[in-house]
Amino acid sequence: MLVHGVLAADPLIGFDLAALGRNFWALTVDGLTYGAVYALVAVGYTLVYGVLRLINFAHSEIFMLGMFGQYATLLALGFYPSGDAFDKGILLTILYLGIAMIGGMVVAGGAAVGLERVAYRPLRKRGAPSLVFLITAIGASFVIQEFVHFVLPALTGGELGGVNAEQPIRLVEPEVQFTLFGANVTNVSLIIIFSALILALATDMFINRTKFGRGIRAVAQDPVTATLMGVSRERIIMLTFLIGGILAGAAALLYTLRVPNGIIYSGGFILGIKAFSAAVLGGIGNLRGALLGGLLLGVMENYGQVVFGTEWRDVVAFVLLIVVLMFRPTGILGESLGRARA
Amino acid sequence: MSTSTPAESNGAAGTNGAAQPVRPRPELPPAGQTPVRQRAHGGAGDRLRLWWDALARPAQWGIGVPFVVFIALLPILNIPVLTTVGTNFGAVMAQFGMYALIAIGLNVVVGQAGLLDLGYVGFYAIGAYTLAILTSPDSPWNVTQPEGWLSDDWAWLAILPVAVAITAMSGLVLGSPTLRLRGDYLAIVTLGFGEIVRLLADNLDEITGGGQGLKSVAYPRLGVTEELPNGVFSAGNVGSTLNSGVWWFWLSLVFIIISLMLVGNLERSRVGRAWVAIREDEDAAEIMGVPTFKFKLWAFVIGASIGGVSGAIYAGQVQFVIPTNFNIINSVLFLCAVVLGGQGNKLGVILGAFIIVYLPNFFLGRTSLFGIPIDGSEIANYKYLFFGVALMVLMIFRPQGLIPVRQKLLTYGRELYVAARRTLAKMSDGGPQAAYATSAPASGTVGTRSGGADGAATTERTGDDEPTDGRNR
Repeated sequence: MLVHGVLAADPLIGFDLAALGRNFWALTVDGLTYGAVYALVAVGYTLVYGVLRLINFAHSEIFMLGMFGQYATLLALGFYPSGDAFDKGILLTILYLGIAMIGGMVVAGGAAVGLERVAYRPLRKRGAPSLVFLITAIGASFVIQEFVHFVLPALTGGELGGVNAEQPIRLVEPEVQFTLFGANVTNVSLIIIFSALILALATDMFINRTKFGRGIRAVAQDPVTATLMGVSRERIIMLTFLIGGILAGAAALLYTLRVPNGIIYSGGFILGIKAFSAAVLGGIGNLRGALLGGLLLGVMENYGQVVFGTEWRDVVAFVLLIVVLMFRPTGILGESLGRARA
Repeated sequence: MSTSTPAESNGAAGTNGAAQPVRPRPELPPAGQTPVRQRAHGGAGDRLRLWWDALARPAQWGIGVPFVVFIALLPILNIPVLTTVGTNFGAVMAQFGMYALIAIGLNVVVGQAGLLDLGYVGFYAIGAYTLAILTSPDSPWNVTQPEGWLSDDWAWLAILPVAVAITAMSGLVLGSPTLRLRGDYLAIVTLGFGEIVRLLADNLDEITGGGQGLKSVAYPRLGVTEELPNGVFSAGNVGSTLNSGVWWFWLSLVFIIISLMLVGNLERSRVGRAWVAIREDEDAAEIMGVPTFKFKLWAFVIGASIGGVSGAIYAGQVQFVIPTNFNIINSVLFLCAVVLGGQGNKLGVILGAFIIVYLPNFFLGRTSLFGIPIDGSEIANYKYLFFGVALMVLMIFRPQGLIPVRQKLLTYGRELYVAARRTLAKMSDGGPQAAYATSAPASGTVGTRSGGADGAATTERTGDDEPTDGRNR
């Protein structure tokens, strides 16, 4: 890689392969934890790309809104900012987490559908070229970020949003459950990985088994023929955004379990780019590719940050994106929602 | 619709659009309903353009030079309506100068060659950091010397070409692997590049000073007097009417004019025609024998160098570089300037840069506007919100920008062009509308969403450009 090849001789960037060997399994488990979140967000990118051939640049902000949505839900449930509520018992904790997740899903899903209606639908009506869509998406991304930055605190009397990150509400105390090849596996990791897997499976089933899923695949494959066959393209597009938003909302809750301090207006941006990288890595437009790419990116990034140093974590992800796009722009599993799953 | 002789290009446009052998287009504009942007020319802007183009060269100079002088004197004249309350107007104009340079550079990449570059701030940062690393006493690679060309007086000017060269190289380094990608992918990769540059600046502490940044960057030390021991360009020159901001604005104005001449000449040359061809349809250009990769790389390198100049000016002006000033959000702001002004139109993007810089500063510290009490600083805070909304609204209602580009007949000379435009203007004043009715929807929909589907025809804009045909080469 570029960073390694050019600058490895320089002591400015560490290069410690031995550290990777020592902590291999621990890094893998933590990488999968992050990767699961990337994977869920990546599904949103990939579905929209498959159906509309559009990189929904604002999807990262949908994820960010999801974080605020679940946080607001927890506040509404009576939890206090920066209060640790570890004593609720397993069942009640799961219940609360479930409610918070639904809150995040509602906010993120609603925002995604709203974004589609306000920003993208008028452009589709005018048959705008794809770069116009991308610029609109960038504009929308700004608007959502700044909304949370400035407008939300004004609306909620300073309780939500603003310049600083929200005080975390933690429901699950990270506890080591068991060790895997010497790596400690915490309950947080388990919750994240298993919830993500369940959601991913459910999405896969939805896309491949249900009538709506068939509609999505049909529109992705050939919008005109799909319309002729009686599929409402507009409704399918809305559904696609909704699914992407819902998964981003779920990912938002899981992410805040791992990174409780991440609830901030600018918190979606980098994660969004990484999730997009994950989607490209697996083959954009390909649902299973997005899941695979997410997990892979999370793990690779975690290895990279140990080898080169923590501060290079993001650089590893970006370099990975560039390398993948250069050598295999169709990703690992190949592009196209329609073709791969038809 | 088109700027050439209507009959010919209508025919070309018609066949081009109607029988395009790409996948079936899902959405054609509804019949009988022509969007505003596809109407024939004839607005006030077009009359102005026509008037200007019809003027003789000496008359153009006679109007142009005083106008530039007027712009240059703006910060000194202190016109009450224009001037800013919360910040120094000279400093605002200096910032405008830098943004205008950036907009000109980015316009080469985005507007003329049609490559969406979201990492342009990376080049700006490389220009600024090259200058800072080579001239700041904090950096281990400081080359300044007490005497000669690398003394404090001349270091900025001496290092400037180095900064530009290194930025151009970085354009080459980024471009050569990534320019084989198309449209959206290129946008994301360049975004990654911009972020990598910032992270490098942040993490390579020993060279770049990390998060602390580099202080005491060189600047041209001219006009040293007793009151101003560091010269007129130093950051210490504040307060007076002729503050450092004004001087830096004048300096950037010189570079703006140089780069406008450079870019303008390129535009009218084989290179510019190749860029237009690539922007309109890369595959067609390739088939017609345009070495697309080479010309895309040229666009990248030229755009990058202009960004590097701007970065060097920035580093010299604030005498301090820090990674947080090169956030990706700046890239989007630059893009906003280009899109707002009108991609492809080099004067339009300068207006875009002015709006981007001036509007937030206009509101800053203002307590009332036309007698209505407002909280100006609060409004200035919301600038990204407003620019985001502006981008979205603009893309829906006027995707070609405030002052859109009009593709000219590039090879046939001015007189013929003016004559053609005159005819067209007459026709649009109530002439035979039928001529446009056929051309408008056709050329307007070349490269709609179906273009993105197979990457065949990802064109930048729809309505206002005639399709580039063989005659222009």
